[in-house]
Amino acid sequence: MSISYIPGNGSLVDSTESAKVMHHHVLSVLVENRAGVLARIAQLFSRRGYNIFSLAVAPTDDSRFSRITIVVDVDSAPLEQITKQLHKLINVIKISELDPADSVECELLVATVNADISARGHVMELVALFDGKIIDVGTDKLTVLVTGEPDKLDDFSELLSSFGIVELQRTGRVALAKLERQSNKLKNTTGRAG
Amino acid sequence: MKLTGAQALIKSLEMQGVDVMFGLPGGAILPVYDPIIDSPIRHILVRHEQGAGHMAEGYAQATGRPGVAMVTSGPAATNIVTPLANAYMDSVPIVVVTGQVATGSIGSDAFQEADITGITMSVTKHNWLVTDANDIPNVVAEAFHVATTGRPGPVLIDFPKDVANASMEWYWPTSVDMPGYKPNSRGHSKMIAAAVKMMFESTRPVFYVGGGVLKARGSEALAELVELTGIPVVTTLMARGAFPDDHPLCLGMPGMHGNYTAVTSMQQADLLIALGSRFDDRVTGKLDGFAPNAKIIHVDIDPAELGKIRRPDVPIVGDCRSVIEDIIKAIKSDPDAFQQRADISEWVGTVKEWQQKYPLKYEQPSLSGILKPQYVIEKLRDAAPSDTIVVSGVGQHQMWASQYWKFNHPHTWINSGGLGTMGFAVPAAIGAKVGKPDRTVWAVDGDGCFQMTAQELVTASMERIPIKVALLNNSYLGMVRQWQEMFYGERYSEVYLSPDLPDYVKWAEAMGCAAFRVESAEEVGPAIEKASEINDRPVVVEFRTDSSEKVFPMVPAGVSNDNIILGPEGLN
Ligand SMILES: Cc1ncc(C[n+]2csc(CCOP(=O)(O)OP(=O)(O)O)c2C)c(N)n1
Ligand SMILES: [Mg+2]
Repeated sequence: MSISYIPGNGSLVDSTESAKVMHHHVLSVLVENRAGVLARIAQLFSRRGYNIFSLAVAPTDDSRFSRITIVVDVDSAPLEQITKQLHKLINVIKISELDPADSVECELLVATVNADISARGHVMELVALFDGKIIDVGTDKLTVLVTGEPDKLDDFSELLSSFGIVELQRTGRVALAKLERQSNKLKNTTGRAG
Repeated sequence: MKLTGAQALIKSLEMQGVDVMFGLPGGAILPVYDPIIDSPIRHILVRHEQGAGHMAEGYAQATGRPGVAMVTSGPAATNIVTPLANAYMDSVPIVVVTGQVATGSIGSDAFQEADITGITMSVTKHNWLVTDANDIPNVVAEAFHVATTGRPGPVLIDFPKDVANASMEWYWPTSVDMPGYKPNSRGHSKMIAAAVKMMFESTRPVFYVGGGVLKARGSEALAELVELTGIPVVTTLMARGAFPDDHPLCLGMPGMHGNYTAVTSMQQADLLIALGSRFDDRVTGKLDGFAPNAKIIHVDIDPAELGKIRRPDVPIVGDCRSVIEDIIKAIKSDPDAFQQRADISEWVGTVKEWQQKYPLKYEQPSLSGILKPQYVIEKLRDAAPSDTIVVSGVGQHQMWASQYWKFNHPHTWINSGGLGTMGFAVPAAIGAKVGKPDRTVWAVDGDGCFQMTAQELVTASMERIPIKVALLNNSYLGMVRQWQEMFYGERYSEVYLSPDLPDYVKWAEAMGCAAFRVESAEEVGPAIEKASEINDRPVVVEFRTDSSEKVFPMVPAGVSNDNIILGPEGLN
């Protein structure tokens, strides 16, 4: 499941110049797999005026827990508030802030694109360049799938747009810390429930 | 042993040591009201569910034990949202049980269905929807654990009717298993050492004491720390009584209506030692002008409070009492450093000069002239036993009560600080009196507030809970009137209530109370004396006070605390 939205009730991103360059932070949040936990998290972001850029949720290998990967738009001082407030949610067990440089990130994109006879070959070529797949074929359209780092998907969708995108859906990223020197990479936040 | 879900719920409350709960039944909670008949728990039947919630809060604040309220689904559940929000803002431990439609009907817009766990997510510390009767003891144990540990707060258990009727095998959990909830209560020793060092280097320190000290039952420890260090203390609206007002180092209340010395000492301090306080906007005024030269030691059990508003130089996550005790130990362990600490006597001298020079002031013209509300508070204070519990509403009367009462014992002042809930006083006073039946409980209420929840005096009469209400009737929504007078060019918009509609004395009498009216200063003393003698039912004393009286000092909203207005002469 994936949700991307910008809450309408204002945000911590103020109008100063520096804040206009949005900083993305990736939080990997381990939660108890309980009814309503996603609502609690979404509601916390909304009521405190924090912006979610993307959010991906799925159970972990242990069915008692789910992992939520949240990409937030804030500079680091409010990020500390976000993690501390998240920690206060009873169902939140652990929060790790993943530094993009030290983590592996992956996202999936599917798109239906105009591809009549004359364009079809070019679209297939582009998909191949990005290690993607054609997953559905219509008379004058193709549905394609590409996975990879979010930047790569940005590039891909930009190139694809010249053909005319009919529909496009991205999952929002999931991320894990890189394996080597893992203890340094997982910057566990210090907040505790209180 | 097989029990129904309803029996298991009541038995679980008994296991938690609940002796009283406040509530009102209805369709969805009906099964739970049956075993109440056989339970030793006293149930107090309220007249409105908001009353039940505030009573639970008053009980909790007076006793330190969690308050419990039980209501039905739908409109009853939404009626108790205000007390939940109030308890959330003021960190009051209450447990609210709401009835819910049967699990199979949830989501179908069934009769009296309301998504109360969704509605209250942002005003509870946590809430639970029970879907299996076997979970009941665990959920109740978890709910009380969450409400009373860490930063206390309200919790809600939503209890569907079919779960109440289901059968379960009784058990009682010996511990709770909550992997995501591990509150920290001990402060970090390195931070405590850093705090002590900073305190010793400071020449202008102030203890900025908030409600967290009361929640932690830390007044005794605080008194010891103040005696040891000689550092002056301000007590916020939520902390009045946490340190005795009659102590020479007590500077009283800071903030928007704080006294000059409390406000200015914070402004000029070089160190604020914030203990269980949260830099609320009503204390700081304009934030970038607040205590500009002060370093900050901030002690709070909620890590999210540290750095939320003002970045501390020394953050300490922990229970205030435990941290204060550790600070005392750290100080005593190094007598040399203590000997060599910076001298603060000049600072204390300055502060004492301010106290002399800028006391709170008002003028009661003559004994037969128009009655000043402050005079009523002073008379009441002087006549009441020193351990009287004072409970207030929200508005001018609340500020005067906080300013002019002398709180010399902890847990004797109960008010709605964070949410500012009009209508809090009467029900909260009832809850406090239920929790502390041997104490005198005075509600100080405004005419506007009183009209919001006065019906609970019927509850008090029926249940023989003899609270006393000092109704400061200024015929206005006085606090709003004050803002319109000062900041809207005396354009009074929808603030006039009338002095005698309703007739408060007749109304109170109709609700089973003793009641009388006071119109001049000379009647105040005798009326209070008469009220003190009545202990078999609630008493309402209506004081007709000066409508034009304003609360001073005042720091207007959005202005720096340096620009405090001391009295009407400062307005021009
Ligand atoms: C439920 C609620 N509604 C509105 C307000 C806004 N408000 C704050 S003080 C006040 C006036 C209170 O009037 P009264 O009880 O007569 O007290 P006074 O200020 O006159 O002493 C109002 C309307 C509030 N705090 N709470
Ligand atoms: Mg009034």
